[in-house]
Order: sequence, then C-alpha cells, then structure tokens
Amino acid sequence: MTGNAAADRLPPEAPLGKLLRPAPGPPRLVPGLPLTLGYTLFYLSVLVLIPLAGMVFETMHLSWSEFWETVSDPIVVASYKLTFTASAAAAAVNGIFGLIVAWVLVREPFPGRRVFDALIDLPFALPTAVAGITFSSLYLPENWIGGFGRHLAEFINRLAGFAGLGEILPSDALSWLNFPYSNTNAGIVLVLIFVGLPFVVRTVQPVLQEWDTENEHAALSLGANQWTIFRRVIFPEIFPAWISGLALAFARGIGEYGSVIFIAGNIPGKSQIAPLQIVTKLDDFRTAQATAIGIVLLFFAFLILLGINGIEWWARRRERVS
Amino acid sequence: MGEAPLQNRAAGSASKPPPPSHPLVRRAAVTMTVIFLTVFIIIPAANVFAQALSKGADAYISVFYAPRTPPEEAAPSPAERRKLAFHRSQVERTWSSIRLSMAIAAIVVPLNMVFGLAAAWSIAKFRFKGRSLLSALIDLPFSVSPVIAGLLFVLLLGRSGVFGAWASNFTWPDPFSLHWRGFAQSWWPLEATQSFTGVIFTPLAIVLASIFVTFPFVARSLIPLMEAQGSDEEVAALSLGASGWRTFCKVTLPNVKWALFYGAILCTARAFGEFGAVSVVSGHIDANDTMPLRIEKLWNEYNSQAAFSVASLLALFALATLIIQALVERKTRRDEVSAAEEKGTS
Repeated sequence: MTGNAAADRLPPEAPLGKLLRPAPGPPRLVPGLPLTLGYTLFYLSVLVLIPLAGMVFETMHLSWSEFWETVSDPIVVASYKLTFTASAAAAAVNGIFGLIVAWVLVREPFPGRRVFDALIDLPFALPTAVAGITFSSLYLPENWIGGFGRHLAEFINRLAGFAGLGEILPSDALSWLNFPYSNTNAGIVLVLIFVGLPFVVRTVQPVLQEWDTENEHAALSLGANQWTIFRRVIFPEIFPAWISGLALAFARGIGEYGSVIFIAGNIPGKSQIAPLQIVTKLDDFRTAQATAIGIVLLFFAFLILLGINGIEWWARRRERVS
Repeated sequence: MGEAPLQNRAAGSASKPPPPSHPLVRRAAVTMTVIFLTVFIIIPAANVFAQALSKGADAYISVFYAPRTPPEEAAPSPAERRKLAFHRSQVERTWSSIRLSMAIAAIVVPLNMVFGLAAAWSIAKFRFKGRSLLSALIDLPFSVSPVIAGLLFVLLLGRSGVFGAWASNFTWPDPFSLHWRGFAQSWWPLEATQSFTGVIFTPLAIVLASIFVTFPFVARSLIPLMEAQGSDEEVAALSLGASGWRTFCKVTLPNVKWALFYGAILCTARAFGEFGAVSVVSGHIDANDTMPLRIEKLWNEYNSQAAFSVASLLALFALATLIIQALVERKTRRDEVSAAEEKGTS
C-alpha cells in the first residue's frame, strides 16, 4: 500500500498509470500501435522536435537586447514590411479571384473546365525556382506580358501591313498595356498570387460542391435577387473555408523564398524579403541574428496556424449548434 | 490540398441543381476566370518551354550534350578548345545536378512512404491522447518557411550549432564512390573510396532538409482515406486468424494503394523542386547543386536559356504529376462508384 491514494486505485499491471492504461471502452482489436506510434514519434523527433528544440536552445543564448537590436534594424524592419504587405496583397487578390474561380469551376460548366480544374494544382507541383524564373522573364519589358502593349501594336501594324494600310499605330500607342514588373515590388505580389492561387480555390471548392441548394431555391422563391442570395445564403456558409484558405495563402506568402528572389530587386531596405534577410545573415555566419529574424516569422506562422484551427473549431461548433 | 481531389467528389449529393445565374453574370464570371487562370498559370507554364527553345532546338540540346573535343586534325584554335572545354564542364555540372536530385528523391521518398504508412496507421486506426497534436505536428512543415527549415538544421548541425562539434567531425562514406573490393581483404566486399566530413554543406544535409520538407505529403494523403475506411476490414481479417503483418499487407495496403502512390508522387515532385531549404544548407558549392540550385546558378550567370532548359525538365515532371493526379482521381471515383453499386445490389 503506497501513500498515494490515486496510485492505489490503479490495477497492479499498469504501474505507470493513466498514460499507459488503455482508454476505457472495448479493447484494441487492431495491433501495431506501439510499433507504428513509436516509429512515428522517433521520426518526428529526429526531424521536427529536436531541430525545433535546437532552435529554442539557440535563442536562449540570444540576449534580449541583441534580439531587439536585430529585429529593429531598419533594413530588417523594411524587409518585414515588404514581406507582410506583399503577402497580404497577394492573399487579398487570391481571396477575390479564388472565390470566383471556385464558383465558376463548380457551378458554371464551360468548355475546358476539367483542364482548368487540373491546372489549378500547378503551383503546388511546379518547383518555386521554375516559377521564379518564368515570372521574372515574362514581365521583362521586352517579353510577352511586360511588353504586351508594344507587341500588340506591332501585331496590329503587321496585320495592317498585310491589308496594305501601312503603320496605323505608333509603336508606343498601347504602352498602357505594358506591364514591366520584373525587378519591382509589384512583381513580388504577382508571383505570390501564383504561389497562393490553389489555396483559396481548393478550400472553397469542396464546400461549394457539397452545398445543398435547397436554401438557395427557398430564397429565390421568396424573391431575393442573385446578389442577395450570394451575400446572405451562400457566402456565410463558405466563409470559414474561404478565410482559412486566405490565411493559408498568406502564411505561404510570408515564407516564400525561391520564387520571389528571382523577380525581386533584392535591394536591402527596399525590395528584400524577410527570408532573404535570413539567408544573408546566414551567409555572413551571423546565425544568432538569422535566428532572431526567423523567430519572428515562425511566431507569425504559428499565429496563423492557431487562427486557422480556431476558425475550423468555431465553424464546427456553429454546425453542431444549428 | 493533397487530399482534396480524392475527397471532394461526393458520392452524389441529393440536391437540386442550383438556380441558373443571370447570363451576363455567368459570362463575366467565366471570362474573368479564364483570363485570370490564363495569365497566372497557362502563360507562365508555356513561357518556360518557349524560353527554353528560344534559341532553337540545337541550343536546347547543347545544354545537355557537349560534343567531345574534335580530333587533332581539325586543329581548333586554343580559344575554341577552351570554349568547348567550358561547355563540357557546364554540361557535366548540369548532369551532376540531375543525378544528385534523383539520388535524393530515391532516398527521401521511400523513407517518407514508410513514415506515412506508420503515421497513418497509428492516427487513423487508434484513439489516444495527443492524437490531434501528432496530426498537427505532421502538418508543421507546411506552415514553416523552407528557409526556416534550412535554418533549423544549420542551428542543429552547423559549426556553431547544438551538435556542431560532433557534426563537423562526422565522416560518412560517399555512396556514389562505393566499389567492389572483393573478399581478399575482409568479409565486407564493398569499400567507399571517398568520404565526406561534416553534415551541413554536404549532400547529407540536403537529404535531411528534403526529408523535413516532404514528409507530410504521404501521411496527409493516407490519413483521411484510412480514417474514412475505418478498421472494419482489418478487424475482419484479424478475427479470421491473420497476423498483424499479413493483415497490413493483404488488406490495408491494397485499399490505400492509390493514395499511397499519389502521396509518393507529390513527395517526389517536392523533393525535386525544393529550393529554399536546400539552398540554405548546401553552401552553394557546385557539387551540392540540385536541379533548382543549378537553375539559379545558370540564371545568375545570365544564361537564361540554359536555366529554362533545365527548368523545362522540372516543368514536364510537374505536368506529369498533374496528369497522374487526374488519372488517380478518376480511378478512385470509378472505384467508389462501383463499390457503391455493389453495396446497392448486394
């Protein structure tokens, strides 16, 4: 009889108590939990937990003043500002257009819909370096989108030449259709739109597909017009999925490195993103400073993760109540 | 995102078709969608191939094939011979990056498949404390920037890292330098002539960083499917006397084979294409270049046509991934429909 009253109530074959005692209910029929769970935990420890612990360990070596000095350096602050505003802008564009794309893919059949549906996943499959170089070259002033107005004017002039009319447009007439966004911060937003495109579409699409159209028909029969139906009936239902897609696109944007460094100017203080700052510090062997910058990014990534989980929990609670 | 295509086709929702939209709204929405997707997906993808072939097919082939220096009778000038030698070294570096990427994928993908199966088995078939925390931990690499993933390993195994002293002196044999030594000297007939010292700035760090970034794919592809399937069939097999392994091999694996295949394909695509994490741990040494790093080097050397040529290989692989995804989705949908029909008729 030990002095611990709680331990006395335990069956004698489970000395470690609640943790190892099987959960109440029918005994486990399927074998393999210790083996698979043990292997999973081992793998995760080596790959995730120990490196994360290593990072925590290294940050404890950082004094608070050193941390603050690194993070409040104007160049680093500028890189944070650029990263967060570019990701927010890209996530906003993806939110609006992703919603439209998901709507059209689910509800409005048009020729080639299946092909477009499969292509939505291209940003997931395409390596970020390839995305970076292709966007960087596309928006150069002499290339297709960068010099779209100029190429279009040339094309019209050539057609006019075939028709015998000579040059009807001066070559810079359509210069407002030029989008030379390589090496600019606008280019960063464009490439982040590409990278985050599937997130909103793929989170909203399943919800729209499972959507029961009864409520819509009811609203229609009560005299609502389409915009009201969308605003009052459909959008509140897809809102949690839409917001979590937005948050995922935003989180992906703040961490994106490979595609952005090709199209950005990478000038410290003006067009450098935060992950590039980390790499620059690492290249200078200033690991402590790199860690400090990385911690802020990690902190925001965790905040967003928590936010997404919170939204999903809130949505599930609403479903259970209603 | 990995599991969405396999799940989002509901087995027939019994709702009426939605009320038709105003034709103008419909046309505007479809036009906006087509323009948006064309500008952001189709044109960039086509641009990769257009730029790769911008100097003609000969230039494209010359990125991957360098002719040998011609025989002495042709008597090329020293300048020409130097150009040919430079071209050969560039082509050799490109091929070495392709070989390194394939070797890394060959190591990383099987390890992650084993992990994915183990993790999916433990999460989907059992209920235990901390199960959702485990699931969230598996999703961690998706929310972490790849640069931070590389930073984590540098902090752990770099020279001034937690295990830095041990890692910097750790010698490991180069598996590509293994050769058959025979039994004359010892029982073990293989010998590695070259070895690496250290972890960071060697391919071992690239393997670790790639495993970190790609391990969720297989698990995330398997877990929803195994949860939806439940343990009924396994319990039935066990009650008929099968052992655990036999049940796993003969009952579980055939049920999840398409999700496993799809997760492995995604894992491979990501292993080939990972840039940020690998760039941080590789140290930009030529010998440690994977294909994306090679693309970056060629691009920085203003050789954009060669960069796009290597990129076109990766883009072809990405398109193949999409096609496989569409085929797998159609196959699972057909399997679902036939299974539902069987259940309906039996």
